Amino acid sequence: MTQTRTETRVGETARAAGAVVLTDVVKRYGRGPGAVTALDGVSLTVAPGSFTCLLGASGCGKSTLLSLVAGLDDLSGGAIEHVDHPVAMMFQESALFPWLTVQGNVEIALRVRGVGRAERRRRALELLETVRLTGFAHKRPHELSGGMRQRVALARALAQDASVLLMDEPFGALDAMTRDLLHDELERIWREQGLTVLFVTHNVREAVRLGDQVVLLSSRPGRVLEVYDVGLERPRRIDSAPVAALAARITDALREEVGRHAG
Amino acid sequence: MPAETVDAGTSRDLVSGLDALERTPITETRWGRFASRLWAGTWPKVLALALVIGAWQALFLSGWKDPWVLPSPLAVWEDLAAYAATPDYAQAVLITMQRALTGFALSVVVGSVLGIAVARFKPLRAAIGSLITGLQTMPSIMWFPLAILLFKISESAILFVVVLGAVPSIANGIISGIDYVPPAWRRVGAVLGMQGFQLYRHVILPATLPSFVSGLKQGWAFAWRSLMAGELLVIVAGQGSIGALMQGAREFNDSARVLTWIITVLVIGILVDTAFKAADDRIRRTWGLAADR
Repeated sequence: MTQTRTETRVGETARAAGAVVLTDVVKRYGRGPGAVTALDGVSLTVAPGSFTCLLGASGCGKSTLLSLVAGLDDLSGGAIEHVDHPVAMMFQESALFPWLTVQGNVEIALRVRGVGRAERRRRALELLETVRLTGFAHKRPHELSGGMRQRVALARALAQDASVLLMDEPFGALDAMTRDLLHDELERIWREQGLTVLFVTHNVREAVRLGDQVVLLSSRPGRVLEVYDVGLERPRRIDSAPVAALAARITDALREEVGRHAG
Repeated sequence: MPAETVDAGTSRDLVSGLDALERTPITETRWGRFASRLWAGTWPKVLALALVIGAWQALFLSGWKDPWVLPSPLAVWEDLAAYAATPDYAQAVLITMQRALTGFALSVVVGSVLGIAVARFKPLRAAIGSLITGLQTMPSIMWFPLAILLFKISESAILFVVVLGAVPSIANGIISGIDYVPPAWRRVGAVLGMQGFQLYRHVILPATLPSFVSGLKQGWAFAWRSLMAGELLVIVAGQGSIGALMQGAREFNDSARVLTWIITVLVIGILVDTAFKAADDRIRRTWGLAADR
Protein backbone atom coordinates (compact mmCIF):
# COMPACT_ATOMS: atom_id res chain seq x y z
CA MET A 1 0.00 0.00 0.00
CA THR A 2 2.83 2.40 0.72
CA GLN A 3 4.94 1.08 -2.11
CA THR A 4 4.62 4.17 -4.29
CA ARG A 5 5.75 6.32 -1.42
CA THR A 6 8.77 4.20 -0.66
CA GLU A 7 9.81 4.47 -4.27
CA THR A 8 9.61 8.24 -4.38
CA ARG A 9 11.64 8.44 -1.21
CA VAL A 10 14.65 6.88 -2.91
CA GLY A 11 17.18 9.59 -3.55
CA GLU A 12 15.00 12.14 -1.79
CA THR A 13 16.22 11.43 1.69
CA ALA A 14 18.27 14.59 2.05
CA ARG A 15 15.31 16.69 3.09
CA ALA A 16 13.50 13.82 4.78
CA ALA A 17 15.59 14.02 7.93
CA GLY A 18 12.93 16.01 9.75
CA ALA A 19 10.69 14.46 12.33
CA VAL A 20 8.83 15.75 15.33
CA VAL A 21 8.45 13.98 18.66
CA LEU A 22 5.95 15.29 21.19
CA THR A 23 6.16 13.99 24.74
CA ASP A 24 3.42 14.72 27.29
CA VAL A 25 2.80 18.17 25.87
CA VAL A 26 0.71 20.36 28.18
CA LYS A 27 -0.60 23.83 27.38
CA ARG A 28 -2.50 25.93 29.89
CA TYR A 29 -3.79 29.45 29.43
CA GLY A 30 -4.04 31.67 32.49
CA ARG A 31 -3.25 30.90 36.12
CA GLY A 32 -5.04 29.75 39.24
CA PRO A 33 -8.64 28.51 39.29
CA GLY A 34 -9.49 30.37 36.05
CA ALA A 35 -6.82 28.56 34.06
CA VAL A 36 -7.88 26.66 30.96
CA THR A 37 -6.05 23.49 29.94
CA ALA A 38 -5.96 23.39 26.15
CA LEU A 39 -3.70 20.37 25.79
CA ASP A 40 -3.20 17.72 28.43
CA GLY A 41 -0.41 15.20 27.91
CA VAL A 42 -0.26 14.89 24.15
CA SER A 43 2.36 12.41 22.97
CA LEU A 44 2.93 11.82 19.31
CA THR A 45 5.70 10.71 16.99
CA VAL A 46 5.77 12.04 13.46
CA ALA A 47 7.96 9.87 11.27
CA PRO A 48 10.29 11.54 8.78
CA GLY A 49 8.63 12.00 5.42
CA SER A 50 5.20 11.07 6.73
CA PHE A 51 1.91 12.89 6.37
CA THR A 52 0.08 13.24 9.67
CA CYS A 53 -3.38 14.73 10.00
CA LEU A 54 -4.56 16.14 13.32
CA LEU A 55 -8.30 15.88 13.59
CA GLY A 56 -10.71 17.04 16.24
CA ALA A 57 -13.82 19.02 17.03
CA SER A 58 -13.69 22.63 18.19
CA GLY A 59 -11.75 23.16 21.38
CA CYS A 60 -9.41 20.22 20.92
CA GLY A 61 -6.43 22.54 20.74
CA LYS A 62 -5.24 21.33 17.34
CA SER A 63 -4.21 24.80 16.20
CA THR A 64 -2.59 25.39 19.59
CA LEU A 65 -0.60 22.21 19.07
CA LEU A 66 0.70 23.48 15.72
CA SER A 67 1.65 26.84 17.22
CA LEU A 68 3.64 24.99 19.87
CA VAL A 69 5.41 22.85 17.29
CA ALA A 70 6.16 26.01 15.28
CA GLY A 71 7.58 27.66 18.39
CA LEU A 72 5.08 30.53 18.20
CA ASP A 73 3.86 29.75 21.70
CA ASP A 74 5.46 28.41 24.90
CA LEU A 75 4.82 24.99 26.39
CA SER A 76 3.36 24.66 29.89
CA GLY A 77 4.78 21.15 30.23
CA GLY A 78 6.29 18.25 28.34
CA ALA A 79 8.67 18.49 25.43
CA ILE A 80 8.74 18.86 21.66
CA GLU A 81 11.81 17.59 19.87
CA HIS A 82 12.69 18.49 16.33
CA VAL A 83 15.31 16.77 14.28
CA ASP A 84 15.36 19.86 12.08
CA HIS A 85 14.45 23.38 13.05
CA PRO A 86 12.92 25.80 12.12
CA VAL A 87 9.73 24.51 10.57
CA ALA A 88 7.63 25.96 7.75
CA MET A 89 4.00 26.84 8.32
CA MET A 90 0.90 27.91 6.45
CA PHE A 91 -2.53 28.98 7.64
CA GLN A 92 -6.19 29.01 6.64
CA GLU A 93 -5.84 32.59 5.47
CA SER A 94 -3.06 32.97 2.92
CA ALA A 95 -1.93 36.20 4.66
CA LEU A 96 0.03 37.31 1.61
CA PHE A 97 1.44 40.82 1.80
CA PRO A 98 -0.54 43.11 -0.54
CA TRP A 99 2.38 45.51 -1.02
CA LEU A 100 4.41 42.75 -2.69
CA THR A 101 3.90 40.89 -5.94
CA VAL A 102 3.35 37.14 -5.96
CA GLN A 103 7.07 36.66 -6.57
CA GLY A 104 7.92 39.15 -3.83
CA ASN A 105 5.75 37.22 -1.39
CA VAL A 106 7.74 34.06 -2.06
CA GLU A 107 11.05 35.91 -2.04
CA ILE A 108 10.41 37.41 1.39
CA ALA A 109 10.95 33.99 3.00
CA LEU A 110 14.34 33.79 1.31
CA ARG A 111 15.22 37.39 2.00
CA VAL A 112 14.78 36.99 5.74
CA ARG A 113 17.32 34.18 5.57
CA GLY A 114 19.81 36.37 3.76
CA VAL A 115 19.62 34.73 0.33
CA GLY A 116 21.09 36.97 -2.40
CA ARG A 117 18.93 38.78 -4.94
CA ALA A 118 19.67 36.63 -8.02
CA GLU A 119 19.31 33.39 -6.12
CA ARG A 120 16.09 34.64 -4.52
CA ARG A 121 14.60 35.34 -7.90
CA ARG A 122 15.66 31.99 -9.36
CA ARG A 123 14.33 30.05 -6.39
CA ALA A 124 11.03 31.97 -6.22
CA LEU A 125 10.31 31.36 -9.89
CA GLU A 126 11.19 27.70 -9.48
CA LEU A 127 8.79 27.39 -6.53
CA LEU A 128 6.04 29.20 -8.44
CA GLU A 129 6.49 26.61 -11.13
CA THR A 130 6.19 23.88 -8.49
CA VAL A 131 2.79 25.24 -7.43
CA ARG A 132 1.85 25.80 -11.09
CA LEU A 133 1.73 29.57 -10.99
CA THR A 134 4.30 30.30 -13.66
CA GLY A 135 3.22 33.49 -15.38
CA PHE A 136 1.63 34.97 -12.26
CA ALA A 137 4.88 36.15 -10.69
CA HIS A 138 4.15 39.84 -11.22
CA LYS A 139 0.49 39.76 -10.22
CA ARG A 140 -0.72 41.18 -6.94
CA PRO A 141 -2.34 38.85 -4.39
CA HIS A 142 -5.78 40.42 -4.82
CA GLU A 143 -5.71 39.54 -8.53
CA LEU A 144 -5.67 35.82 -7.69
CA SER A 145 -8.43 33.45 -6.59
CA GLY A 146 -8.47 31.96 -3.09
CA GLY A 147 -7.00 28.67 -4.27
CA MET A 148 -4.19 30.42 -6.13
CA ARG A 149 -3.39 32.52 -3.08
CA GLN A 150 -3.06 29.38 -0.98
CA ARG A 151 -0.65 28.01 -3.56
CA VAL A 152 1.44 31.17 -3.28
CA ALA A 153 1.37 30.71 0.51
CA LEU A 154 2.51 27.12 -0.04
CA ALA A 155 5.36 28.31 -2.28
CA ARG A 156 6.34 30.81 0.42
CA ALA A 157 6.33 28.03 3.02
CA LEU A 158 8.44 25.83 0.73
CA ALA A 159 10.89 28.71 0.33
CA GLN A 160 11.68 28.31 4.02
CA ASP A 161 13.51 25.13 3.01
CA ALA A 162 12.41 23.36 6.16
CA SER A 163 11.85 19.61 6.11
CA VAL A 164 8.77 19.92 8.32
CA LEU A 165 5.69 21.71 7.00
CA LEU A 166 2.88 22.61 9.40
CA MET A 167 -0.51 23.33 7.86
CA ASP A 168 -3.35 24.85 9.89
CA GLU A 169 -6.60 24.11 8.00
CA PRO A 170 -5.01 25.47 4.82
CA PHE A 171 -7.92 24.56 2.56
CA GLY A 172 -10.72 25.27 5.04
CA ALA A 173 -11.97 28.36 3.23
CA LEU A 174 -11.92 26.92 -0.30
CA ASP A 175 -14.72 25.41 -2.37
CA ALA A 176 -14.82 21.62 -2.74
CA MET A 177 -13.56 21.51 -6.33
CA THR A 178 -10.55 23.70 -5.62
CA ARG A 179 -9.85 21.78 -2.42
CA ASP A 180 -9.81 18.44 -4.26
CA LEU A 181 -7.31 19.79 -6.76
CA LEU A 182 -5.13 21.22 -4.05
CA HIS A 183 -5.13 17.86 -2.30
CA ASP A 184 -3.63 16.35 -5.46
CA GLU A 185 -1.13 19.20 -5.71
CA LEU A 186 -0.11 19.01 -2.07
CA GLU A 187 0.31 15.24 -2.29
CA ARG A 188 2.50 15.61 -5.37
CA ILE A 189 4.68 18.29 -3.77
CA TRP A 190 4.95 16.38 -0.50
CA ARG A 191 6.23 13.35 -2.39
CA GLU A 192 8.54 15.27 -4.71
CA GLN A 193 10.14 17.23 -1.89
CA GLY A 194 10.18 14.51 0.73
CA LEU A 195 8.49 16.72 3.32
CA THR A 196 7.18 15.78 6.73
CA VAL A 197 3.68 17.27 6.94
CA LEU A 198 1.60 17.95 10.03
CA PHE A 199 -1.85 18.92 8.79
CA VAL A 200 -4.65 20.22 11.01
CA THR A 201 -8.23 19.87 9.80
CA HIS A 202 -11.77 19.37 11.07
CA ASN A 203 -12.75 17.67 7.81
CA VAL A 204 -12.59 13.88 8.39
CA ARG A 205 -12.56 12.92 4.73
CA GLU A 206 -9.81 15.40 4.01
CA ALA A 207 -7.75 13.84 6.80
CA VAL A 208 -8.24 10.31 5.41
CA ARG A 209 -7.63 11.51 1.84
CA LEU A 210 -4.25 12.97 2.76
CA GLY A 211 -2.83 11.32 5.85
CA ASP A 212 -0.57 8.34 6.44
CA GLN A 213 -1.87 8.56 9.97
CA VAL A 214 -4.86 10.41 11.36
CA VAL A 215 -4.61 11.53 14.96
CA LEU A 216 -7.96 12.04 16.63
CA LEU A 217 -7.88 14.51 19.51
CA SER A 218 -10.42 14.88 22.32
CA SER A 219 -11.85 18.26 23.22
CA ARG A 220 -11.31 20.33 26.36
CA PRO A 221 -8.69 19.33 27.20
CA GLY A 222 -7.03 18.04 24.04
CA ARG A 223 -5.66 14.53 24.38
CA VAL A 224 -4.84 11.90 21.77
CA LEU A 225 -7.94 9.70 21.57
CA GLU A 226 -6.74 7.41 18.85
CA VAL A 227 -4.22 7.18 16.04
CA TYR A 228 -5.50 5.63 12.80
CA ASP A 229 -3.08 4.18 10.29
CA VAL A 230 -4.74 4.97 6.99
CA GLY A 231 -2.83 2.47 4.86
CA LEU A 232 -4.74 3.13 1.63
CA GLU A 233 -2.98 3.18 -1.70
CA ARG A 234 -2.07 6.56 -3.17
CA PRO A 235 -3.14 8.50 -5.07
CA ARG A 236 -6.47 8.45 -3.30
CA ARG A 237 -9.72 10.14 -4.14
CA ILE A 238 -11.76 11.86 -1.47
CA ASP A 239 -14.96 10.26 -2.82
CA SER A 240 -13.64 6.70 -3.07
CA ALA A 241 -15.28 3.92 -1.05
CA PRO A 242 -12.28 3.01 1.17
CA VAL A 243 -11.73 6.66 2.11
CA ALA A 244 -15.43 7.06 2.89
CA ALA A 245 -15.49 3.86 4.96
CA LEU A 246 -12.59 4.85 7.20
CA ALA A 247 -13.91 8.42 7.40
CA ALA A 248 -17.25 7.05 8.64
CA ARG A 249 -15.51 5.09 11.38
CA ILE A 250 -13.54 8.11 12.51
CA THR A 251 -16.61 10.33 12.32
CA ASP A 252 -18.42 7.95 14.69
CA ALA A 253 -15.58 8.22 17.18
CA LEU A 254 -15.57 12.01 16.77
CA ARG A 255 -19.33 12.22 17.36
CA GLU A 256 -19.05 10.11 20.46
CA GLU A 257 -16.40 12.50 21.76
CA VAL A 258 -18.52 15.58 20.99
CA GLY A 259 -21.56 13.91 22.61
CA ARG A 260 -19.58 13.48 25.83
CA HIS A 261 -19.67 17.27 26.24
CA ALA A 262 -23.50 17.47 26.06
CA GLY A 263 -25.50 19.00 28.87
CA MET B 1 -7.62 0.85 -8.31
CA PRO B 2 -6.31 2.16 -11.61
CA ALA B 3 -9.44 4.20 -12.30
CA GLU B 4 -8.49 6.45 -9.41
CA THR B 5 -5.04 7.26 -10.67
CA VAL B 6 -4.74 10.97 -11.24
CA ASP B 7 -2.80 11.69 -14.37
CA ALA B 8 -0.26 14.44 -13.90
CA GLY B 9 -1.11 16.12 -17.21
CA THR B 10 -4.82 16.12 -16.45
CA SER B 11 -4.21 17.55 -13.03
CA ARG B 12 -2.15 20.35 -14.52
CA ASP B 13 -4.93 21.14 -17.00
CA LEU B 14 -7.52 21.09 -14.24
CA VAL B 15 -5.50 23.48 -12.11
CA SER B 16 -4.92 25.98 -14.88
CA GLY B 17 -8.53 25.65 -16.07
CA LEU B 18 -9.85 26.44 -12.63
CA ASP B 19 -7.40 29.33 -12.30
CA ALA B 20 -8.67 30.80 -15.57
CA LEU B 21 -12.30 30.46 -14.49
CA GLU B 22 -11.83 31.93 -11.05
CA ARG B 23 -10.05 35.09 -12.04
CA THR B 24 -12.22 38.03 -12.98
CA PRO B 25 -11.44 39.21 -16.47
CA ILE B 26 -10.58 42.89 -16.74
CA THR B 27 -11.81 43.97 -20.13
CA GLU B 28 -11.48 47.73 -19.99
CA THR B 29 -8.08 49.19 -20.75
CA ARG B 30 -6.30 51.29 -18.16
CA TRP B 31 -6.59 54.39 -20.31
CA GLY B 32 -10.31 53.88 -20.79
CA ARG B 33 -10.73 53.65 -17.05
CA PHE B 34 -8.52 56.68 -16.51
CA ALA B 35 -10.48 58.83 -18.96
CA SER B 36 -13.87 57.90 -17.55
CA ARG B 37 -12.65 58.49 -14.00
CA LEU B 38 -11.20 61.85 -15.01
CA TRP B 39 -14.51 62.93 -16.51
CA ALA B 40 -16.49 61.64 -13.52
CA GLY B 41 -14.23 63.69 -11.24
CA THR B 42 -14.18 66.82 -13.39
CA TRP B 43 -17.73 67.79 -14.28
CA PRO B 44 -19.01 68.21 -10.69
CA LYS B 45 -16.04 70.48 -9.96
CA VAL B 46 -16.69 72.63 -13.04
CA LEU B 47 -20.35 72.93 -12.10
CA ALA B 48 -19.53 73.87 -8.50
CA LEU B 49 -17.07 76.52 -9.67
CA ALA B 50 -19.62 78.01 -12.06
CA LEU B 51 -22.19 78.23 -9.23
CA VAL B 52 -19.75 79.98 -6.89
CA ILE B 53 -18.70 82.52 -9.52
CA GLY B 54 -22.34 83.08 -10.44
CA ALA B 55 -23.28 83.79 -6.81
CA TRP B 56 -20.30 86.11 -6.42
CA GLN B 57 -21.28 88.03 -9.57
CA ALA B 58 -24.86 88.32 -8.30
CA LEU B 59 -23.61 89.63 -4.95
CA PHE B 60 -21.39 92.14 -6.76
CA LEU B 61 -24.30 93.34 -8.94
CA SER B 62 -26.60 93.71 -5.93
CA GLY B 63 -24.41 96.59 -4.76
CA TRP B 64 -24.14 95.19 -1.22
CA LYS B 65 -20.61 96.55 -0.94
CA ASP B 66 -18.63 99.15 -2.85
CA PRO B 67 -16.66 97.72 -5.83
CA TRP B 68 -13.33 98.59 -4.19
CA VAL B 69 -14.25 96.44 -1.18
CA LEU B 70 -15.89 93.60 -3.10
CA PRO B 71 -14.56 93.52 -6.66
CA SER B 72 -16.27 91.56 -9.45
CA PRO B 73 -15.01 88.09 -10.45
CA LEU B 74 -13.77 89.60 -13.71
CA ALA B 75 -11.70 92.29 -11.96
CA VAL B 76 -10.08 89.66 -9.72
CA TRP B 77 -9.41 87.44 -12.71
CA GLU B 78 -7.71 90.31 -14.54
CA ASP B 79 -5.54 91.07 -11.49
CA LEU B 80 -4.68 87.39 -11.08
CA ALA B 81 -3.79 86.93 -14.76
CA ALA B 82 -1.57 90.01 -14.86
CA TYR B 83 0.02 89.52 -11.43
CA ALA B 84 0.74 85.81 -11.86
CA ALA B 85 3.12 86.70 -14.70
CA THR B 86 5.28 88.95 -12.49
CA PRO B 87 8.47 87.82 -10.69
CA ASP B 88 7.04 89.08 -7.35
CA TYR B 89 4.24 86.56 -7.57
CA ALA B 90 6.53 83.66 -8.47
CA GLN B 91 8.97 84.69 -5.74
CA ALA B 92 6.20 84.78 -3.11
CA VAL B 93 4.86 81.37 -4.08
CA LEU B 94 8.39 80.00 -4.03
CA ILE B 95 9.20 81.37 -0.56
CA THR B 96 5.94 80.06 0.87
CA MET B 97 6.26 76.64 -0.75
CA GLN B 98 9.83 76.36 0.45
CA ARG B 99 8.71 77.03 4.00
CA ALA B 100 5.85 74.57 3.64
CA LEU B 101 8.02 71.79 2.27
CA THR B 102 10.81 72.31 4.82
CA GLY B 103 8.31 72.29 7.66
CA PHE B 104 6.46 69.31 6.27
CA ALA B 105 9.63 67.27 5.67
CA LEU B 106 10.81 67.95 9.21
CA SER B 107 7.35 67.00 10.50
CA VAL B 108 7.43 63.71 8.59
CA VAL B 109 10.73 62.77 10.20
CA VAL B 110 9.74 63.83 13.72
CA GLY B 111 6.20 62.45 13.40
CA SER B 112 7.36 59.08 12.09
CA VAL B 113 9.96 58.56 14.78
CA LEU B 114 7.53 59.70 17.46
CA GLY B 115 4.75 57.49 16.08
CA ILE B 116 6.89 54.35 15.96
CA ALA B 117 8.26 55.02 19.43
CA VAL B 118 4.80 55.52 20.92
CA ALA B 119 3.38 52.45 19.18
CA ARG B 120 6.34 50.34 20.25
CA PHE B 121 6.82 51.29 23.90
CA LYS B 122 3.82 50.92 26.18
CA PRO B 123 4.93 53.38 28.90
CA LEU B 124 5.56 56.04 26.27
CA ARG B 125 2.06 55.52 24.89
CA ALA B 126 0.57 55.78 28.37
CA ALA B 127 2.61 58.95 28.93
CA ILE B 128 2.03 60.90 25.72
CA GLY B 129 -0.48 58.96 23.60
CA SER B 130 -3.43 61.15 24.49
CA LEU B 131 -1.24 64.25 24.59
CA ILE B 132 -0.56 63.80 20.87
CA THR B 133 -4.27 63.68 20.10
CA GLY B 134 -4.77 66.70 22.36
CA LEU B 135 -2.13 68.66 20.47
CA GLN B 136 -3.83 67.74 17.21
CA THR B 137 -7.01 69.57 18.21
CA MET B 138 -5.15 72.67 19.38
CA PRO B 139 -5.37 75.64 16.97
CA SER B 140 -1.81 76.28 15.85
CA ILE B 141 -2.23 80.05 16.05
CA MET B 142 -2.10 79.57 19.84
CA TRP B 143 1.60 78.78 19.52
CA PHE B 144 2.63 82.00 17.81
CA PRO B 145 3.03 84.24 20.83
CA LEU B 146 5.35 81.65 22.36
CA ALA B 147 7.14 81.05 19.07
CA ILE B 148 7.80 84.76 18.67
CA LEU B 149 9.15 85.00 22.23
CA LEU B 150 11.37 81.96 21.65
CA PHE B 151 12.61 82.69 18.15
CA LYS B 152 11.76 86.39 17.61
CA ILE B 153 10.32 87.36 14.23
CA SER B 154 12.16 84.77 12.18
CA GLU B 155 11.88 81.80 9.87
CA SER B 156 12.42 79.56 12.89
CA ALA B 157 9.29 80.88 14.57
CA ILE B 158 7.23 79.95 11.53
CA LEU B 159 8.92 76.56 11.18
CA PHE B 160 8.32 75.81 14.87
CA VAL B 161 4.58 76.32 14.56
CA VAL B 162 4.29 74.47 11.25
CA VAL B 163 6.03 71.42 12.71
CA LEU B 164 3.93 71.52 15.88
CA GLY B 165 0.83 71.62 13.70
CA ALA B 166 1.73 68.69 11.46
CA VAL B 167 3.56 66.27 13.76
CA PRO B 168 0.56 65.00 15.78
CA SER B 169 -1.40 63.96 12.67
CA ILE B 170 1.58 62.19 11.13
CA ALA B 171 2.43 60.41 14.38
CA ASN B 172 -1.20 59.38 14.87
CA GLY B 173 -1.31 58.00 11.33
CA ILE B 174 1.63 55.72 12.09
CA ILE B 175 0.32 54.73 15.52
CA SER B 176 -3.09 53.67 14.27
CA GLY B 177 -1.47 51.96 11.28
CA ILE B 178 0.69 49.84 13.57
CA ASP B 179 -2.25 49.12 15.89
CA TYR B 180 -4.28 47.76 12.98
CA VAL B 181 -1.69 45.48 11.40
CA PRO B 182 -3.62 42.20 10.93
CA PRO B 183 -2.34 39.57 13.41
CA ALA B 184 -2.14 37.07 10.53
CA TRP B 185 0.62 39.15 8.91
CA ARG B 186 2.58 39.36 12.15
CA ARG B 187 2.22 35.59 12.54
CA VAL B 188 3.56 34.99 9.05
CA GLY B 189 6.50 37.24 9.91
CA ALA B 190 7.15 35.19 13.04
CA VAL B 191 6.89 31.90 11.14
CA LEU B 192 9.36 33.19 8.56
CA GLY B 193 11.76 33.92 11.40
CA MET B 194 11.54 37.71 11.49
CA GLN B 195 12.45 39.37 14.74
CA GLY B 196 12.53 42.93 16.03
CA PHE B 197 13.81 45.24 13.33
CA GLN B 198 13.24 42.73 10.51
CA LEU B 199 9.57 42.41 11.46
CA TYR B 200 9.25 46.21 11.34
CA ARG B 201 11.17 46.51 8.11
CA HIS B 202 9.35 43.77 6.18
CA VAL B 203 5.87 43.59 7.72
CA ILE B 204 4.78 46.27 10.15
CA LEU B 205 5.97 49.42 8.39
CA PRO B 206 4.78 48.40 4.91
CA ALA B 207 1.48 47.37 6.46
CA THR B 208 0.98 50.86 7.93
CA LEU B 209 1.33 52.53 4.53
CA PRO B 210 -2.36 53.39 3.91
CA SER B 211 -2.75 54.84 7.39
CA PHE B 212 0.60 56.64 7.09
CA VAL B 213 -0.48 58.32 3.84
CA SER B 214 -3.75 59.49 5.35
CA GLY B 215 -1.75 60.83 8.31
CA LEU B 216 0.53 62.67 5.88
CA LYS B 217 -2.44 64.15 4.10
CA GLN B 218 -3.93 65.44 7.31
CA GLY B 219 -0.50 66.58 8.49
CA TRP B 220 -0.06 68.58 5.32
CA ALA B 221 -3.41 70.29 5.84
CA PHE B 222 -2.36 71.32 9.36
CA ALA B 223 1.09 72.43 8.20
CA TRP B 224 -0.40 74.55 5.43
CA ARG B 225 -2.92 76.20 7.76
CA SER B 226 -0.27 76.91 10.37
CA LEU B 227 1.99 78.36 7.72
CA MET B 228 -0.69 80.74 6.41
CA ALA B 229 -1.47 81.92 9.94
CA GLY B 230 2.26 82.32 10.56
CA GLU B 231 2.93 84.31 7.42
CA LEU B 232 0.16 86.77 8.28
CA LEU B 233 1.47 87.26 11.81
CA VAL B 234 5.23 86.86 11.47
CA ILE B 235 6.40 89.03 8.61
CA VAL B 236 10.09 88.46 8.17
CA ALA B 237 11.85 91.45 6.62
CA GLY B 238 12.89 90.97 3.00
CA GLN B 239 10.85 87.78 2.61
CA GLY B 240 7.94 88.62 0.28
CA SER B 241 5.94 85.48 1.03
CA ILE B 242 2.28 84.99 0.15
CA GLY B 243 1.18 86.01 3.63
CA ALA B 244 3.40 89.08 3.69
CA LEU B 245 2.22 90.32 0.29
CA MET B 246 -1.37 89.65 1.25
CA GLN B 247 -1.04 91.77 4.39
CA GLY B 248 0.53 94.44 2.21
CA ALA B 249 -2.43 94.33 -0.17
CA ARG B 250 -4.87 94.75 2.74
CA GLU B 251 -2.96 97.80 3.96
CA PHE B 252 -3.37 99.34 0.50
CA ASN B 253 -7.10 98.44 0.45
CA ASP B 254 -6.44 96.25 -2.59
CA SER B 255 -9.31 93.74 -2.33
CA ALA B 256 -8.70 92.27 -5.75
CA ARG B 257 -5.11 91.45 -4.77
CA VAL B 258 -6.24 89.88 -1.47
CA LEU B 259 -8.68 87.71 -3.39
CA THR B 260 -5.95 86.85 -5.91
CA TRP B 261 -3.88 85.43 -3.05
CA ILE B 262 -6.85 83.60 -1.56
CA ILE B 263 -7.47 81.92 -4.90
CA THR B 264 -3.76 81.07 -5.21
CA VAL B 265 -3.68 79.43 -1.78
CA LEU B 266 -6.86 77.54 -2.57
CA VAL B 267 -5.44 76.23 -5.85
CA ILE B 268 -2.21 75.10 -4.18
CA GLY B 269 -4.28 73.32 -1.53
CA ILE B 270 -6.35 71.55 -4.17
CA LEU B 271 -3.27 70.50 -6.17
CA VAL B 272 -1.56 69.01 -3.14
CA ASP B 273 -4.74 67.25 -2.11
CA THR B 274 -5.01 65.77 -5.60
CA ALA B 275 -1.46 64.42 -5.30
CA PHE B 276 -2.29 62.77 -1.97
CA LYS B 277 -5.49 61.37 -3.38
CA ALA B 278 -3.57 59.89 -6.32
CA ALA B 279 -1.11 58.23 -3.92
CA ASP B 280 -3.99 56.90 -1.84
CA ASP B 281 -5.82 55.56 -4.91
CA ARG B 282 -2.66 53.88 -6.10
CA ILE B 283 -2.18 52.08 -2.80
CA ARG B 284 -5.79 50.98 -2.69
CA ARG B 285 -5.58 49.67 -6.25
CA THR B 286 -2.39 47.66 -5.80
CA TRP B 287 -3.58 46.35 -2.43
CA GLY B 288 -6.93 45.36 -3.89
CA LEU B 289 -8.87 47.60 -1.49
CA ALA B 290 -10.58 49.65 -4.21
CA ALA B 291 -13.80 48.40 -5.71
CA ASP B 292 -13.41 48.18 -9.47
CA ARG B 293 -15.38 51.02 -10.94
